Amino acid sequence: MTDVPYAPPTQSRALKIALRWGLYLMLTVFALWYLLPLFVMVTTSLKSLEEIRTGSLIALPREVTLEAWRTAWSGACTGIQCEGLRPYFWNSVLLAVPAVLISTILGAMNGYVVAQWRFRGANIIFALMLFGCFIPFQVVLLPMARTLGILNIAGTIPGLIFVHVIYGIGFTTLFFRNYYVTIPAELTKAAKIDGAGFFRIFWSIFLPLSLPIIVVTVIWQFTQIWNDFLFGVSFSQAGTQPITVALNNIVNSTTGVKAYNVDMAAAIIAALPTLLVYVVAGKYFIRGLTAGSVKG
Amino acid sequence: MQWLERHVPKLVLAPSFIAALLFVYGFIGWTAWVSFTRSRLLPNYDLVGTIQYERLFASPRWEVALNNLFVFGVLFIGISMLLGLLLAIFLDQKIRTEGVLRTIYLYPMALSLIVTGTAWKWMLNPGLGLEAMVRGWGFEDFTFDWITDPDMAIYTVVIAGVWQASGFVMALFLAGLRSVDGEIIKAAQVDGIPTHRIYTAIIIPSMAPIFLSAFIVLSHLAIKSFDLVIALTGGGPGYATDLPATYMYAMAFSRGDIGQAASSAMVMMMIVFAIVVPYLYSELRAKND
Repeated sequence: MTDVPYAPPTQSRALKIALRWGLYLMLTVFALWYLLPLFVMVTTSLKSLEEIRTGSLIALPREVTLEAWRTAWSGACTGIQCEGLRPYFWNSVLLAVPAVLISTILGAMNGYVVAQWRFRGANIIFALMLFGCFIPFQVVLLPMARTLGILNIAGTIPGLIFVHVIYGIGFTTLFFRNYYVTIPAELTKAAKIDGAGFFRIFWSIFLPLSLPIIVVTVIWQFTQIWNDFLFGVSFSQAGTQPITVALNNIVNSTTGVKAYNVDMAAAIIAALPTLLVYVVAGKYFIRGLTAGSVKG
Repeated sequence: MQWLERHVPKLVLAPSFIAALLFVYGFIGWTAWVSFTRSRLLPNYDLVGTIQYERLFASPRWEVALNNLFVFGVLFIGISMLLGLLLAIFLDQKIRTEGVLRTIYLYPMALSLIVTGTAWKWMLNPGLGLEAMVRGWGFEDFTFDWITDPDMAIYTVVIAGVWQASGFVMALFLAGLRSVDGEIIKAAQVDGIPTHRIYTAIIIPSMAPIFLSAFIVLSHLAIKSFDLVIALTGGGPGYATDLPATYMYAMAFSRGDIGQAASSAMVMMMIVFAIVVPYLYSELRAKND
């Protein structure tokens, strides 16, 4: 879009080249800064404790060992239990998959209604639902804890799924609504004249067009729910905790010697699913982020 | 049947709407109500006025939390915006490796703040982390022990927060830079206006809406930051890095002081509203015009 940094006629070609080099140097330095923690996590997780104590933070492991990974996955202690991250990893999967699916389906239906079946008050209803995205969740923690107790799902995975669905609908509705408003209303009108009903139109006209927004929404919801800590720590109990809570417990567990290599391996395991999503579908991830930021 | 056909859209929307009424507005109401009672371990519904808020604002720990929110918020938002803008402008200079660099700058946003906190906690620990590394290079007197220093620990939260969020701001700004009308820029270049002037006088002012949304997202993140503090410092040393979010959590789940938890949550909501409501209002008005 813009040209190389502006150079008045008096500036020499050499200066121009120097500026260019400077630019690349800066960009590289920042890239290293962003990569440093990941690099340190990976190398630390492959070292023995002995090597961590004697070597430098950014040194490559002299002897690569997967011991820390094995411990992090199946032996590290989260408080009194020492089963590693494995059970909690599956908790997060069991929690994220249904929560993502349910909130995406509800969002699709809601967005379809708000964008294409406007009725009096639909906009106000949408605005009121959207508002739920903005509240600091601290303000609902206490009553939600009591409600989960009353519903008899306190400290269970279904309870956490319920919470994530409830507070995810605002976003998923927004995503689908913003996508469906770009589809001409004439399409719905014509289909209505042909006698197609609400669900028929959704199923045969809108759903086939929805793949990109479904991908964006699923990635957004999955990242949010997998990475969530506040709901996880507030509404789970020993045995039903999601992976972020277990990771925090492993890192802050006070029993035994501080095993930094295990901490790092555990952190990478907790990060892998969302990192994988980012690497595979980065484009959609960014689209969700920017859509989520220009709410409304 | 006719009736059903006509009302299907409303019926589809109804459960979500009722859920929002109940679990957002109803719950806010509940918390607001309880914040005006003497509730301790169990909620008590007798209104007694603003006693919880008086206790809150008399608490030194809350004062620290609010101060930290201010320090953290200003630095986190300011540095992330500046760095994001700088990186976006750099990347906008026809950089050959742009795709790779963008991926690298943005990946922290895919991580959980607990992972980010864990990684930085390890790197910042003075005994074996960055401090030890630089000392190993021969700078024996080098100290970088902010994470264990009550006066400096909050800045480590800023470092980790900026690391996580600045790439995202970069992505927002880069999209903004690319959407500026190319014709105007060409005209300016033909007129011989220097590049830095083109940025400061034409491009950046035209991105005002993006600054605003970046600001909103970052301030929202800052007010809600809970995970990062928990993973990085646990609120410590002492309660030196407490934020309103960690204060609220401590009151609700470890101190058993529901009244304090409710009133601190309400103050957090007011702060969010003070920032978000004017923004939402202007957005909705712009749409209706």
